[in-house]
Parts: sequence; structure tokens; C-alpha cells
Amino acid sequence: MDWVNAVVQGTLLGGLYALFAAGLSLIFGIMRLVNIAHGDLIVLGSYLGLVVVTATGMHPLVALIVAVPVMAVLGYVLQRGILNQTLGDDLLPPLLVTFGLSVIIQNALLEGFTADPQKMNAGAIETASVSVGGLQLGVLPLLTFAIAVGVIAALQWMFYNTALGRAFRAVSDNQEIAQLMGLNRRHVFGLAMGLALAVTAIAGIFLGIRTSFDPAAGAGRLIYGFEAVIIGGLGNLWGTLAGGVILGVSQTLGAKIDPGYQILAGHIAFLVVLAVRPQGLFPRVSG
Amino acid sequence: MPDPLLSLSALDAHYGDFQALYGVDMTLMQGEVLAIIGANGAGKTTLMRSISGLSQNAPNQITYINQPIGALRADQVAGLGIALVPEGRQLFPSLSVEENLLIGERMGRKGPWSLQAVFDLFPILEERRAVASTSLSGGQQQMVAIGRALMANPDLILFDEISLGLAPVIIKSIYDALPGIVGSGMSAMIVEQDISKALSVSDRLYCLQEGRVALEGASQGVSREAISAAYFGVGS
Amino acid sequence: MRVTRASNAARIAAVLGLIGLVVLALGPYWAGRADMRLMSEIFLYLALASLWNLMAGYAGLVSVGQQAFVGFGGYMLFALTIFGGLSPVVAIGGAAVLGALIAVPVAVLIFRLRGAYFAIGTWVMAEVFRLTFAQVSSLGGGSGSSLPVNIVRSMANGRAAREALSYWLALGIAVVVIAAVYLFLRSRQGLALTAIRDNELAAGSLGIDIWRTKFVVYIVTAGLTSMVGALIFLQKLRISPDAAFSVNDWTAFVIFIVVIGGIGTLEGPIIGTLIFFALRETLADLGSVYLLILGAVAIVIMLKAPKGVWGLIRARYDLELFPLSYRVHTDKKEG
Repeated sequence: MDWVNAVVQGTLLGGLYALFAAGLSLIFGIMRLVNIAHGDLIVLGSYLGLVVVTATGMHPLVALIVAVPVMAVLGYVLQRGILNQTLGDDLLPPLLVTFGLSVIIQNALLEGFTADPQKMNAGAIETASVSVGGLQLGVLPLLTFAIAVGVIAALQWMFYNTALGRAFRAVSDNQEIAQLMGLNRRHVFGLAMGLALAVTAIAGIFLGIRTSFDPAAGAGRLIYGFEAVIIGGLGNLWGTLAGGVILGVSQTLGAKIDPGYQILAGHIAFLVVLAVRPQGLFPRVSG
Repeated sequence: MPDPLLSLSALDAHYGDFQALYGVDMTLMQGEVLAIIGANGAGKTTLMRSISGLSQNAPNQITYINQPIGALRADQVAGLGIALVPEGRQLFPSLSVEENLLIGERMGRKGPWSLQAVFDLFPILEERRAVASTSLSGGQQQMVAIGRALMANPDLILFDEISLGLAPVIIKSIYDALPGIVGSGMSAMIVEQDISKALSVSDRLYCLQEGRVALEGASQGVSREAISAAYFGVGS
Repeated sequence: MRVTRASNAARIAAVLGLIGLVVLALGPYWAGRADMRLMSEIFLYLALASLWNLMAGYAGLVSVGQQAFVGFGGYMLFALTIFGGLSPVVAIGGAAVLGALIAVPVAVLIFRLRGAYFAIGTWVMAEVFRLTFAQVSSLGGGSGSSLPVNIVRSMANGRAAREALSYWLALGIAVVVIAAVYLFLRSRQGLALTAIRDNELAAGSLGIDIWRTKFVVYIVTAGLTSMVGALIFLQKLRISPDAAFSVNDWTAFVIFIVVIGGIGTLEGPIIGTLIFFALRETLADLGSVYLLILGAVAIVIMLKAPKGVWGLIRARYDLELFPLSYRVHTDKKEG
């Protein structure tokens, strides 16, 4: 039963990792940009939540109403102001610019909030649990998982059923021809980054409720998100969720063997997938 | 004489380090259909790219309804009512047939063209509306590309090599549809390798040779000899 | 008309460089203890920057995980001296060999990732290294360990002699790395690399084995980076997983040095290292604000002057201190 419990807890943890990964997957899919600052933006989302909670006394989950639009606007501005200038055939500019951005965010947070770990208090929901078939499932992990499924379903729906999703796919297919259709790719990319950072805000708030965070926490979140994307297969959002779950389960199983192996087990799962199936478990059918 | 819809004055254009157009002058009146002919490398595709905004020029080298548009981006040019049917169809592979058409509609311009009107023009597309655009035949893809441009309800439509790589019977059916498109007062510019096809549907023609206008005149008035001379550069 | 590599500037630079090198080699006789420490650190960063530049600027392998090899080299120094009984100087060579060996399976795995994903893959590897060494209790586990005093003493007699030795080792490795990178780039494989950078498709059609060339660069760089790592921790005398595998110390700073100096040039890392340390010595009191400024400077340079400070100088004066490219002279009077 202990092992079953570890698998179930790992699956729920995978929901959080899928939230880390969804934004990464989205912007890679649309503009082939890999954002090294993604993890730091998640942590920025956590701090944003903390500021809103401290200033207004809101419940952290209610603070999403503020954090999500603020991060979305930030994403749009960031893309149009800086990142659009880096897009092209050369790989280095986007990589190095987002790396610089990562260092800036980290140190700005350090300057503003010190290196002390912070946490958001969500009250009774943090400790509440329900009993399912003899397993105690935390309400918060369940909620996180449900939100992750909801976010991915919503992104999927948006991608395939709305004019915006059509625009994203068209620009991703062929930027020049999309311009001919009246789509300004700079604006479309801005919207994509805005959307990605909206998801990031959700990830940041759930991260900040679940565990403590500090300005240096971004690197780990980037790596988990990245691993979930690669395990699941590039360009497949449901695959990303599956990748998050595999990562989460590997971690809880590793921790079961020895607490020191928790993170390592996740990385090893990633490396095994890379060795055996480098295209990921569920790559998008190329079209 | 009324103002032209589109005019190019001393248009120079570069393709990489290579100068593709040298001082091209051209006018197109409202409702007119121009044929642009010329050998490979004469600068026809560069001309299409310049007008549609895919490559940038000095503002005053291209004017549209008395407005300088040479330096505008492609999406801004599209917003003014100029649509391009690009060479090689260039459909969006991850969009279905219907989605490819709908994306053309984005400009929100009013006019006679709608999804239903395109389906009436090319009924096969209605049958295949839900399939991936990549699963269509070349001719059907060309119909989608034309329909996609029409969905924007443009005032000026540019066709770049629409018969390239298609079977003669398909080319015929597409050219048979053209009068129904331009008959409603839409202006058009048709870049074409097939000279007789180009002449049959156009009012006037320009022949480009090595980036310069070598010949211009009414499509019905010019002699075959004059076209050959301008086309191949013999005797000039 | 003649085709040459060296220009006058390069010859002057070579002479000045040689004089400078002699002056630096005599450092223990004229510099104070603190200056020698700072200069050693400069040499080690110069070596790391030149190696990263070889990978990213020439081979197109952008790694944000070189701390894997810095830390690995440091740990190998400790392991080989403590458990292997080797002298520290021999252990540094041993660390280089082991670093190159461990890089082989690493490369086989992460070379499956393309472009930016390769970059993050290298980071995952560094994390795997860090977490693995944190599990090795004989090397102090998560809290790390110090180099035993008897091993430190075995290096040389007396503190001054030890400090002089580690200074010379640091200077030596910087010279070795720069010379190795320079000679490599002049070799057939190096020319292939430049061809790949300039046009991967064309290089492939010329029959240059892109994968193999990149693989060799990765392995050699890993070996030399491990060697630098061993030296770094020989100077620090203490190692812990967090210090050994720090992404900030061993990769972020190095990337900033190369970007600011000029990526894809041999001179860039040298200029970048000097600028980096000048900034650090003047702004380090600002703490995290200093890093904030550094990040912003790197972004501005990447966007506005992607060839860095050296690129700006070069565009203005047509200088090349390390003669790599061929020059065509049509004027017979010119040398």
C-alpha cells in the first residue's frame, strides 16, 4: 500500500510539474523559443502572489485574480520589448538573453526579498485530506492536479478551436505567409508569451502554497518543466502532462527508497527516456 | 484620367546582396487586370514580395490609393486590402482546409467573399473542408490558396505563378474561375510563366527582363514578336 | 598579391604577449599575496571562458552545464589525493583524463537534444553530478570536505612556495588552454568547425563529419574544464556539492565574460575576463545589484553588439591579435 500511495502522490505532484511545463511547451511550440528564465518567472509568480496576499490579506488562491493578468501583461511587454529582437535563425541570442534575464530576475528578487525562504499560507486547505480507498489524498495536491488538467484542456481547446489558436498555429507554421494574412507576428508572439506567463502565474502560486521558495528556486523549476516537456514529447500538451506525472512518480518512488534519491530519481527517469526514446513518449505527429 | 489604384515609381529591390529590380515604374487602375510576364530570374517574385510588404522598400516607391506603402510590413499592407496568392500555394500545414480559409478572413473587411462564396466557387473544398490541407491535391491546394486570399475581401489580389506544377486540366479550371473573381470589380496582378494564359485574362501586360520593364502594353495589342524580344532580350 | 595570416598588429601583439607572459610568470617575485590570488582567479576564469567560447562560439554547442566538469574535476582532485595517494599536481592531470572519460557517455546522451534543449540538457547533467556527489559520504556528502593538511603540505615546502606553485599552475593552464584552442582552430578539424559555424549544410556536403567534430570538441573541453576545476579547488582547499556545481560561479559568469568580450573570437574571452574583473573589483560591494547590472549589460550587448567589445574594436580598427583568418594583400608595399 505504501508503494501505491507513493505512485498516487507522485501522480498528483506531476500536476504541479505539468503546470511548470505548460508555458515552456506553449512558447516552444509557437515560436521555437526556449526560455531559460522560465523557472525564475515561475518564482516571480510566487513572489507576486506573496506580495498581493501580504498587501491585501487575500487568500492565495484568490490572489490568482491579480497575479494572472499582471504576469500576462508582463509576458506581452517582455516579448515585444526584448525577446522579439532575439528571434531568428541564430540560436545564441534567445538563449543568452533569457539567461541574462534569469540572472536579473533572481538578483532583483534577492534584493527585494532577501534569500530567506518564504511561503504563502493557504489556511485549512493545506492540511485537509480526503480518504479514497484507504489512501489519504491531500486536498491541495488534488486541486493542483485538477487545475493542471483544466489548464491543459483549456490550452488545447484554445489552440484548436479559436481564432487565436488558429493564429498561433499559422504563425508557427510559416511566419511570412501568416504576415500576409494580416497577422503581425510580433503581436502574436507577444500574446503567446502573455498566455504562457498567465499559466506561469498559476504555477507560481501553487508552488508557493505547496512549498517554501526563495529567489534561487527557479533553476529547479525550469529543469522539472523541461524534463516533463521532453519526456512527454515536444509540442504535445497532453504528453507534457504525462511527462510531469512520470517525473513526479519517479521522484516519490526514489524518495521511498532513500529521501536523498528523490530529485535524482526524476533526473534518471528523464535520462532513461532520452536514451531509449529521444523524441519523447508521445511526440506530436509531424505535420 | 483618374488616379491609379497602385503605382510603382523607380522601384529598386534587393534579394539578399543581389539587386533584383532596377527603377521599375508601373501603374494599375481600379478594376484593371495586369499580367506580369518574364523569364525566370526577371524579378517577378521580388516584385510580388515588394508590393505585399514581405520585403521593405523606400516608402514612396510604392503608392496605393495615393498613400505611400513601400515601407509597410506585410500585415499592414494586407490590412489595406492587398492580398497575395503566393508561389507554391504555401498553405498552413497544421490547419484544416476550412481553417486555412478562415485565417484569411482575419482582416474583417466587408465584401462579397465569405466561406460560403468560396465554397460556391470551388465546391470540392466544401466536401473536404475538415481535412488537413496537406492531404489535398496540388490543384485543390491552389484553390484553397486563392480562397484564402479572397476571404480577406481585398481590392487588389496578386497571383504569383498559380499554374506552376499543376496539370493542364487543373490550370484550365482555375483560369475558368478567374473571371468570376475579378468580374466583381476587384483589381488583379497575375504573374505567370504561361504567356497565352496570362494574356487571355488580362487587360494590359508588363514584361520584365533582368529587373527592368522591357515591354508594356494592352494585352490584345502586343505582337508575339514584341513579347519574345522583351522576354528573351533578343533584338533589344 | 600575397595571402598571409599574420598582420603587423598580430606580430606586435605576439611580442607584447610574450613580454607580458614573462612578467606574469615572475609574479611570485613582485606581486603581493592578495594580488597573486586575484591573478590566479583571473587566469582560471580566462581558461574557463576560452573553453566555453570554443564550444559555443565555434562548435555551436551552447552549454549551461559546464559546472558539471568544474565540480567533477574538483572532486576528482580530492578523491585521487585522499584515496589514491597521488600528489596534487599529478591528480590535476588525472582529473583531466577522468573528466574527458566521463564526458563520453554524457555526450552520447545529450547530443540527442538540439539547440536550446541541448543547453538545458547539460544543466540536468550538472544537477545529476551534484546530487550524486552529495550522496558520496566518504567525500563529505552534502556538506563537503576539506583537503587534508598533509596533502596540502606535500605540494611544496612552506606557504610561499605553495602559493607560488598554485599561481604558476593557474597561469600555466590559462596559457595551455588558449594555446590549445588557438592551435585547434588552425588545425583541419578547427577549420571544419569554423565551416560548420558558418554554414552547417555546406560543411555537411563537403563531407565534414559534423557530429564527430562536435563530439571531439565536447570531450576535449570537458577534460580541460575538469582540469581547471581541479585547480580551482586546489586553491580553495575545500569542496562541497553546492560550491562545486554552482551554475552562477562556473557558467553564468563565464557566459557573461564571453558575451561581453565577444563570442566566436579568441580575443573576446581575454577582453571579457579583464572587463569582468574590473567591474567586479569596483562594483562587488553592491552584491546582488552587481549581478543585476551584469545581466543587463550582457542582454544589451547581445542585442546591440552581438560580437561584443572585441567585435566593436575589430570593426573599427580591423585588428586580429591571433592570426586565424587569411588576409589578401594587393598592395606590395604593405607588410
